[in-house]
Amino acid sequence: MSAATVLETRGLVKAFGDRVVLDGIDLTVDRHEVVVLIGASGSGKSTLLRTINLLEPIDDGRILLAGEDISDPRVDVDAVRARIGVVFQQFNLFPHLTVLDNVTIAARRVHRVPRAEAEATGRRLLERVGLAEFAGAYPDRLSGGQQQRVAIVRAIATNPELLLLDEITSALDPQLVGEVLDLVAELKEQGSTILMTTHEMRFAEHAADRVVFLSGGRIAEEGPPAQVLREPRQPDTQAFLSRLRAR
Amino acid sequence: MTLQREPSAVEVERRAYRRSRSTRSILVAVASSLVVAVAVWLLVVHTKGWAAAQHTFFDPAEAAETFPAVLAGLWVNVYVLFFAAIGVAVCATLLAVVRTLRGPVFAPLRFLAAAYTDLFRGVPMIVLIYLVGFGIPALGVLPLVDPRILGGVALVLGYSAYVAEVLRAGIESVHPSQRLAARSLGLTYGQTLRLVVLPQGVRSVVPALVNDFVSMQKDVGLISILGVVDAISAANIAKAVSYNYTAFVIAGLLFILLSLPFIQLTNHLERRARARQQQGSVV
Repeated sequence: MSAATVLETRGLVKAFGDRVVLDGIDLTVDRHEVVVLIGASGSGKSTLLRTINLLEPIDDGRILLAGEDISDPRVDVDAVRARIGVVFQQFNLFPHLTVLDNVTIAARRVHRVPRAEAEATGRRLLERVGLAEFAGAYPDRLSGGQQQRVAIVRAIATNPELLLLDEITSALDPQLVGEVLDLVAELKEQGSTILMTTHEMRFAEHAADRVVFLSGGRIAEEGPPAQVLREPRQPDTQAFLSRLRAR
Repeated sequence: MTLQREPSAVEVERRAYRRSRSTRSILVAVASSLVVAVAVWLLVVHTKGWAAAQHTFFDPAEAAETFPAVLAGLWVNVYVLFFAAIGVAVCATLLAVVRTLRGPVFAPLRFLAAAYTDLFRGVPMIVLIYLVGFGIPALGVLPLVDPRILGGVALVLGYSAYVAEVLRAGIESVHPSQRLAARSLGLTYGQTLRLVVLPQGVRSVVPALVNDFVSMQKDVGLISILGVVDAISAANIAKAVSYNYTAFVIAGLLFILLSLPFIQLTNHLERRARARQQQGSVV
């Protein structure tokens, strides 16, 4: 493990009852790296993200965040989660809070940042994603794409060491997908460390530093996007990609 | 694929640690409960009037003597409760549905239902029982009605108003998109309500309904004021003979015992519903 490694999983195993969903995953994500997980539905992509955020207990293996074993039951899970930002497929904004309160709640309540400071940061970030005018609005006034951008701002507002993005465009209309993915590309430019799942292969191709193909609970193939997506070596990967292209 | 492999050393150590933690927390829970129980016991026993209070409320001989009569009376409570609960379920559902009906045609019905709930929620149960139990016979239009029935009717009148409001909250908590989806399939308004809205709405207010049921369970004891020989009046009769209140404590304990299985059942149902709706772990 190099000093630049943010996340590392070693032999990660997760089973639901008798069904093994993750079967020994060894994955690293380095600082400033964007790693895209691809794979068929049910291949364990989302489960992997959930285990990393300690939302699912694992059955074997280790998860290291900046070298610290966060799968150890002695660690404070809230403290670990405070270091990781997550964006969900369904946005999961808090409908009873304004956009600005959604964006600043973690800074104010978890990181104990004074309200004025948290709101200044929140407004600056909202400005950057072009949503400054909605700071005082409630989430249901916003379009899906706007809501998802707010959710991303909420996740990055506390400068997490790692961002987990779980199918963040799957619940959006095609014309709204672009605005969200542009924001992700911008985060990459600014040096965020991102582990994400997506079905947007074109995005993966130009934004990912590395593409990881999951199949049957294992990493079947990984490498630079040009190689994995253009010249896949494994028959599983080839079959998956040709099914996607056939659509 | 099944988990047949041997867990790694790390995982073995983690499992051992989790086991030791859960053993520890059980021990802590037992120890702290014991300390609290002993402390309360010592505090009560060392009060000035404990000897007198113990004799008046916790006399074993009196308890043994009055238990059969109180238990026999309890069956009257159970019997009235059973029919009253059915009555409440029916009336409250009707009231709740009427209050959620839309359209100007139903305005008078809606108004009546609202007025009913506002009125009957405000009346103390004991007043309601007097009014129904003694007021209706006093009118002299009906032949002699069993006071158990009148007591049950009073309970239904009062509790229907409470439960209707709880159900209405449940019905309104179901997202409008669910009605939309049901109507889009061609289900009628009534079918939508019965097959889609009510099952979801009731589920979300189960804890509140249990609360009302348990409350009703003990309010059944109030029918003793109509001269019904239930657990409470059996205790009252015993007290009149011996000037000892132990029989009331017995009745109280029996009422608690009566509520326990029901509370267990609903806890179980809630757990099952939660497990079904939530995939993965509880955060």
